[in-house]
Amino acid sequence: MSNAIPEPVTKLIEALGALPGIGPKTASRLTYFLLRAPSELSTNLADALHDLKTKTTFCSNCGNITVDDPCPICSNANRDHRTIAVVEEPLDLIAIERTGTYDGAYHVLHGVISPVNGVGPDDLNIAQLIKRLTEGNVLEVILATNPGMEGDATAMYLRGELTQHSVKITRPARGLPTGGDLEYVDTVTLMRALQGRSEM
Amino acid sequence: MSMRPRTFRTPALVLKRRNFGEADRLLTLLTPLHGKFDAVAKGARKPASKKTGHVELFTRADVLIAKGRSMDILTQAEMTNPYLPIREDLIRGAYANYAAELLDRFTYDSDDTYTTTLFDLLDTTFARLCDDDDPRRVIRYYELRLLDEVGFRPELNECVVTHEDVQPTDQFFSFDGGGVVSPQGSAHSAGLVSLPVVTLKLLRHMQRSAYQQVGALTVQDSLHSDVERVMLGYITYILENRLQSIAFIHRIRQFNS
Repeated sequence: MSNAIPEPVTKLIEALGALPGIGPKTASRLTYFLLRAPSELSTNLADALHDLKTKTTFCSNCGNITVDDPCPICSNANRDHRTIAVVEEPLDLIAIERTGTYDGAYHVLHGVISPVNGVGPDDLNIAQLIKRLTEGNVLEVILATNPGMEGDATAMYLRGELTQHSVKITRPARGLPTGGDLEYVDTVTLMRALQGRSEM
Repeated sequence: MSMRPRTFRTPALVLKRRNFGEADRLLTLLTPLHGKFDAVAKGARKPASKKTGHVELFTRADVLIAKGRSMDILTQAEMTNPYLPIREDLIRGAYANYAAELLDRFTYDSDDTYTTTLFDLLDTTFARLCDDDDPRRVIRYYELRLLDEVGFRPELNECVVTHEDVQPTDQFFSFDGGGVVSPQGSAHSAGLVSLPVVTLKLLRHMQRSAYQQVGALTVQDSLHSDVERVMLGYITYILENRLQSIAFIHRIRQFNS
């Protein structure tokens, strides 16, 4: 980068540019925006970034991101800890929580089996899940990984790993999305939606 | 390298995909005329996207590509073959991963030198992985065809050291020489691996025959393992590192046994 740009500016451009989805142009725009914005905004952002790493941890039980260990969901006695929804990422957990219809526990894998990208079962939070099944009184495991090739492979792998435990293993239903258009739906989704149709 | 039009419609196989931006997917596509290239499927991660299910990993789709400012954009997609058994069976899926990774590693972006043949080869291999009762046989055949196409055909008929015809006895294989080394030639070579005559015969049969003939063979597990040992050793030598998907295949095999 040119010497005409002061070092603190180039440092921030490079730091922001390392974030996913942010290219050099966006990184520069954000940097110059912060440069002109009130210093309170930069201070708040810096504090938030600092707290993100110093005040959060992974829940030792479910792997979710939390301030207190165990996380509020794992320590909530009103939730049904006999049902565990296995999700790929903490964001998937939030998506399920938003529905307001699930009151069970979670388990975050922190990834998905992706042989092409070199991610195997040992890179995921699977051992802790098995430990939970061995120790706890779990009746059902919902394999809520994403419905794609890698999510399906992870679910199939987990099903194999979990069959030795006497738990019910389920997978969320698949079908047509709200607001979707039947003519644009792919054949596999449509086929599964028809197979899983329900009486009304 | 071909000059691509600003927009074009093409069949494509999805080799890789990763999340990109807010709700987009970055796909690595293999096409018959324009080779391998990356294209962004905008909004493909949204549930109601018209593209999402059509560009799933290892599916074949008809896609419309528009040249963007910095990247190609996938504007429309219609799945033409989902290769469903690959998605529903862990071991078939693991081999599909391997096939895609192998092709990805042997090709360069937008290199159209072999693309029609490679597209047909991978497309047929995915179809065979869906139907064939022995996915390992499918993969070994695929490896040999792929090596033929990309210029690494192993020499199985004459010794790469003495250049004499190979006799029907146990031989050696040289990764460095790219072929069989006879017991006489082995005295002048280093870094050889054993190549029992049964393994050599199967490799030669696979190299020269159509799949219909190879598909009719019943291959014992021990022979499969030996052919795999030689082929993976050779491929790893050429690529100079181990393919990521192999570890997963081994894991699944242990898991199933």
